[in-house]
Amino acid sequence: MGRVHSIETLGALDGPGLRMVVFLQGCPLRCRYCHNPDTWCAGGGQELSEADIAARAARYKRFFGKTGGVTFSGGEPLLQADFVLKCVRALHEEGIHCALDTGAGLWNEASARLFDAADLVILDVKHSDPAGFRRLTGGDIGTLEQALAHLRAAQKPTWVRQVIVEGYTQDEGQVRALKEKIRGLNLERLELLPYHTLGVHKWKALGLPYALEGVAPPDETVMARLRALL
Amino acid sequence: MDHRWNGFVGGAWTETIDVRDFIQRNYTPYEGGADFLCGATARTKALNEKYLALRKEELEKGGVLDIDVEHVSSLLNYGPGYLDKDNELIVGLQTEKPLCRSVNPFGGMRMVLSACRAYGYELSDTVKEEFKYRTTHNDGVFRVYTEQMRKARHTGIITGLPDAYGRGRIIGDYRRVALYGVDRLIAEKQKDFAGLGRRPMEDENIRLMEEVNRQIDFLGRLKKMAEMYGCDISCPAANAREAIQWTYFAYLAAIKEQNGAAMSLGRTSTFLDIYIERDLRAGVLTEEQAQELMDQFVLKLRMSRQLRTPEYNELFAGDPNWVTESVGGMGEDGRTLVTKNSYRVLNTLYTLLPAPEPNLTVLWSKDLPENFQRFCAKVSIDTDSIQYENDDLMRPRFGDDYAIACCVSAARIGKEMQFFGARCNFAKLLLLALNGGRDEKSGDQVGPEEPVIGPGPLEYAEVKARFDRYMAWIADLYVNTMNVIHYMHDKYAYEKIQMALHDTDVHRYMSFGMAGLSVTADSLSAIRYARVTPIFDERGLVTDFTVEGEFPCYGNDDDRADDIAKALCHDFITELRKHKTYRNAEHTLSILTITSNVVYGKKTGNTPDGRRAGAPFAPGANPMHGREKNGALASLNSVSKLSYDDCRDGISNTFTITPGTLGGSERERVDNLVALLSGYFALDETHAAHHLNVNVLNRETLLDAMDHPENYPKLTIRVSGYAVNFVRLSRAQQLEVLSRTFHEAM
Repeated sequence: MGRVHSIETLGALDGPGLRMVVFLQGCPLRCRYCHNPDTWCAGGGQELSEADIAARAARYKRFFGKTGGVTFSGGEPLLQADFVLKCVRALHEEGIHCALDTGAGLWNEASARLFDAADLVILDVKHSDPAGFRRLTGGDIGTLEQALAHLRAAQKPTWVRQVIVEGYTQDEGQVRALKEKIRGLNLERLELLPYHTLGVHKWKALGLPYALEGVAPPDETVMARLRALL
Repeated sequence: MDHRWNGFVGGAWTETIDVRDFIQRNYTPYEGGADFLCGATARTKALNEKYLALRKEELEKGGVLDIDVEHVSSLLNYGPGYLDKDNELIVGLQTEKPLCRSVNPFGGMRMVLSACRAYGYELSDTVKEEFKYRTTHNDGVFRVYTEQMRKARHTGIITGLPDAYGRGRIIGDYRRVALYGVDRLIAEKQKDFAGLGRRPMEDENIRLMEEVNRQIDFLGRLKKMAEMYGCDISCPAANAREAIQWTYFAYLAAIKEQNGAAMSLGRTSTFLDIYIERDLRAGVLTEEQAQELMDQFVLKLRMSRQLRTPEYNELFAGDPNWVTESVGGMGEDGRTLVTKNSYRVLNTLYTLLPAPEPNLTVLWSKDLPENFQRFCAKVSIDTDSIQYENDDLMRPRFGDDYAIACCVSAARIGKEMQFFGARCNFAKLLLLALNGGRDEKSGDQVGPEEPVIGPGPLEYAEVKARFDRYMAWIADLYVNTMNVIHYMHDKYAYEKIQMALHDTDVHRYMSFGMAGLSVTADSLSAIRYARVTPIFDERGLVTDFTVEGEFPCYGNDDDRADDIAKALCHDFITELRKHKTYRNAEHTLSILTITSNVVYGKKTGNTPDGRRAGAPFAPGANPMHGREKNGALASLNSVSKLSYDDCRDGISNTFTITPGTLGGSERERVDNLVALLSGYFALDETHAAHHLNVNVLNRETLLDAMDHPENYPKLTIRVSGYAVNFVRLSRAQQLEVLSRTFHEAM
């Protein structure tokens, strides 16, 4: 059994094609821009089995076409790597493509096994240097380094993402560092995503002070300039 | 063969009236992409500018530019009219001036008088005098309506009955005029008439003979109407321009004769492609000219107007005519019916800019050429102006030459017609059942008298049994009311030209409707799975409820709730079928509210699902907004579980998604919309989706358009089976559209 925060049946951004996105409960990181702080607590959500997940996915298989499938996101899916691995195996029996959307907030053998089983890893590189990473996420960059090393060695199809937020990642040097950091991956896609404020209400609802109060989302010209560096 | 048919492959169609056979033997399927398309010519652009200027003026004058109060609308009562005579390739207006509306009192005089007055006009004495001595459809109906029928109508248990205006929803096979010319059609009808004369003279035969006589009369008038524009349409069309012009004349005659609620065009683009291909091959037409002909045809369709009252507009927002054109689909032999002209007609949304009319309806099949699927998706994303209906579901039931009337009603063209009628407000029926037949608003005894349900938590079995009794009662009343209406419409406002373009022996549907499906399903689910306690007012009537506990809602792919919705449809059509229809029409049911879900909501008190009195229903078969917790695909799955065989008149679903949610790039958005449509329309044991309106837009755009309508004259959105200019909706309707679910990712 695993703890699932929610299931979104139409995800068109987290992996190729139309996807059912399973948001898992629990996250070791505390990213300042997090738009799902309600997934942090490992004890919340509802308990579901891999059979439940497979049965749900089977209902939407008709929408997946040649490219779609299921994406495990969160929270941090690596926190429940054994459960997610069981889900992936159950889905693979149905011929359903599985993507893992992770910030690599932890790393262990179970993480590695899950990476190997997934068809695609969507790696959110929060920040490229240790100090910046800690300041933005409260965590240590070491687990991300391990994840990158594993992806490089396994040549697993990978999408890399980074959220561009002023005062953290929104500068040209940072984007160049990102490019350097992901060298050697079997990279299918590299996306810079503008920070947005759509999750702020959730912080308020949870009674948490919003950590990026007053920080404006980058405008299109800033994003275009940074994307040009890729 | 007639020399105008040179180059065509002959067959059964030359011997009998058989447009389908002509199409099958002569059309050229097209599987390529959109790159062959041309833009608008300077001439078309100038013409469109003229139209748009008039349209702007029309809006500034409150929605009606002008009314001709001197004449009664018919085929020969106006001289020719033009938008810009020298630049029009396709000619013909309803009155002598563009956008000037005609008066058509055959459906009912009251509607005409109040519409004229609402826009500052007074009907001329000549017309008033003439109709002193005529019975209108409305007069006839009210001569017969029983006390109970009046009450059901007044309280809004049954709403939108076509008893005061033209019933519409009949599609003439306008193509027949182009293919055969009017003389041949008259000759065929005369043969039919002679045949009928040899049958015993019973009611039905006498009625039909009189009808055919009138059809022949009006075919003659159709020819004269075209003569006024300098066209001789007695013979077949000889080229593409003539084929389009002849077809348009036939449609024009229909909208001059009738002020039907929905006057749909049919399925013309692939038929017309045959003529265009012949001209292209002969080198007498270029692609640019072909597009120009289609542009000018579509521009004329966009100019069609009917005179309606403000109350009518409140029910059916945005001044729609449902000039529905069905595009694409597959043939029974497996070849696609997509042609280059399917592309050209969709391309008019670029050449003439997006607009709600004609109501472009793509007949979607898993086997449509991928290029065409992708092109349609692109057009949807760019313009929000097309709807999709499941050809794989309809083709086995209607063959491959059917078309959609209005929003979702399929019929074989020229072979089947429908008696359209109204909707039963199911949410209100549930309240009526709880209150022992009394209307929760007025307190009037409307249905059969029973004790009001007792105090304490509602028992599902008891409520369901009660509801079933009232459903049986309303089904009886509804069928009988429709019988009265259509008897009188046939008698006093018969569609001469449209029925002249049908086979004489025609199959008839009688199309019933249901409103408030999701509210009723969720209410029954609440009663079954949560604890619902009625609250009584001082009259002793149930007017509110307390709800304790959770209950599943329709729209979440949860079979507990979805099965209730499914059963409601099944039970209702089963009850309707128990009652004999006028002219032995086949009963059908639609789950379609158009924009009337707002008005129906206004007339309905608090419901056990927690909806407050007066709040709008969800449109059509849509789940109630705000209750879809599992995202878009779950919602689509729920709707696709409803049975099309129970709801053969169509199941409308309107879907709105923000562009950013559909994909990160244009290419991905197109890919994903194709995947979404393919998934939704895929048939299996549990799913048989029928219809989808697709909007790809942001809520912010609509909010800005509400504040600055002048910046959004062409903003078109799909509402429920048709499209509207967003800025033409009333504020209440705009707010309702905004409250609907926008599928959005974070």
